[in-house]
Amino acid sequence: MIPRLAPHVALHWQPARGEWLLTRPESVVVLNGTAADILTLCDGVRDVGAIVRALRDSYDDVDPADVEALLTDLAGQRLVVLT
Amino acid sequence: MTAPNPGEHPSATGVGAGEPAGAGTSAGADASSGARASGGADTSGEAGASGGAGAGSEPPAGTPAWPAVPAPLGLLAEVTHACPLHCAYCSNPVALAPRSSELTTAEWDRVFGEAAALGVVQVHLSGGEPLLRRDLADLVASCRRHGLYTNLITSGVGLDADRLARLPVDHVQLSVQDATEADSDALAGTRSWRHKVAAARVVKDAGLPLTVNVVLHRANADHVGAVVALADRLGADRLELAHTQYYGWALRNRAWLAPSMAQVRATAEAVRAAREVLEGTGPGAAGGAGAEGGAGAGGERASRGAAGVRGIRTRMEISYVLPDLHTGAVKPCTGGWGRTQLTVAPGGDVLPCAAAGTLPLVMENVRDRPLDWIWYSSPSFDRFRGTDWMPDPCRSCDLREVDFGGCRCQAFQLTGDAAATDPVCRLSPDRHLVDAALAGPPPARPVPRPHAPGGTR
Repeated sequence: MIPRLAPHVALHWQPARGEWLLTRPESVVVLNGTAADILTLCDGVRDVGAIVRALRDSYDDVDPADVEALLTDLAGQRLVVLT
Repeated sequence: MTAPNPGEHPSATGVGAGEPAGAGTSAGADASSGARASGGADTSGEAGASGGAGAGSEPPAGTPAWPAVPAPLGLLAEVTHACPLHCAYCSNPVALAPRSSELTTAEWDRVFGEAAALGVVQVHLSGGEPLLRRDLADLVASCRRHGLYTNLITSGVGLDADRLARLPVDHVQLSVQDATEADSDALAGTRSWRHKVAAARVVKDAGLPLTVNVVLHRANADHVGAVVALADRLGADRLELAHTQYYGWALRNRAWLAPSMAQVRATAEAVRAAREVLEGTGPGAAGGAGAEGGAGAGGERASRGAAGVRGIRTRMEISYVLPDLHTGAVKPCTGGWGRTQLTVAPGGDVLPCAAAGTLPLVMENVRDRPLDWIWYSSPSFDRFRGTDWMPDPCRSCDLREVDFGGCRCQAFQLTGDAAATDPVCRLSPDRHLVDAALAGPPPARPVPRPHAPGGTR
């Protein structure tokens, strides 16, 4: 499973908010730190396994099922494309 | 980036600016629909509450102490009330702002800067018809300079390739009034169809995402299937089917505009059927796995399989919300009063929602006050925040932080009390007022919207 952002979806850091966000045509999705860390790794090249390995550099405990669940949820909202 | 919290569950909280049943501005957009807090991603495991490791995550160093009131995400910038269309469903005020009263280029630039500093992410450039501002390119450039995502909400009149090339927007929302040229032009009160079709092509040729917005009412509610096919033909990435909201001019035409309950049901059914085809689960769609695998393939994916069904070729997304008047399900006004979204009217008044200018409140103006003071400290933005202001039955209702007591403008309009429970609610003691408003035969024709007062900008 290789995730990438859906067309017309972009990841932004908003300095005044101190938050990462996804923008798409008529809405904004506020991300928590973990979701942002996962999405910054979604480059269309890494698969979920590679993303989990990268996350383990900064997290003590990474459950691949959590990562997959988030990505699947975002895919259901057309924010992420899974191939 | 903030330090990751071990044990933090990934989550995302969404706010949709255009999701709910949008109303029409004069450009047919969804200006008064505002944001919807429930519109987005998984809210389970909301940010780092678990594991006891949450401290130190927010606010990040260097930002002001995080106030109890969240920062806004979206700004609806009504840059003018002038519009070439005369839509009977226009939700802009009955008294339009004269052009001579409009904020200047420099004033808007200051507003966009203050909005970005406040935490706003997305600006919806609306009106009226924003293309009637000769300085629109400067306004868009200002938004970009301040790091804001820009959404151009337009009737399409005046949007050719040259104009669009000078407008580096991120997305275009184009209003169309009905499924055919004759019907669309009749409602718009002007020959605008060809401009709209041309504008859609220009937007897609530029590689921009396109939303087609169609405000629904009695005269076009039976055309949803044809509207879906039209939007697909125009290359829309999204179709927003927005039941009319009865504010401003539209209120005048409510009896003519309001669809019957049977029409509303048929509309919902047409949307359901269209979504089945678009998502590849309906008859004739391209294989069962389509919805999973092909999300990025755009126009190509369903082309063969779905072609036989209404000619639909793409994975266009449909946004549709049942109308609150008919269902009795209360809409969360702009995602909650002063919670996610603010509107700046053409003359600089700052409103919690686009229709709030009709309320008996003193609205602040960007010419007099900075935007962050207005958001955090003004009496108008404070008036209906949270739940303390609520009467019963809202006060003790389980949904009080879901629908936030509903629409203040509707409450004021129908009951004369802006703090009343939204009378569309089945639990409201005033629900009979809504039923009465929906009863009775419609008049033969609507009152078309006249032009805004003159003057130049």
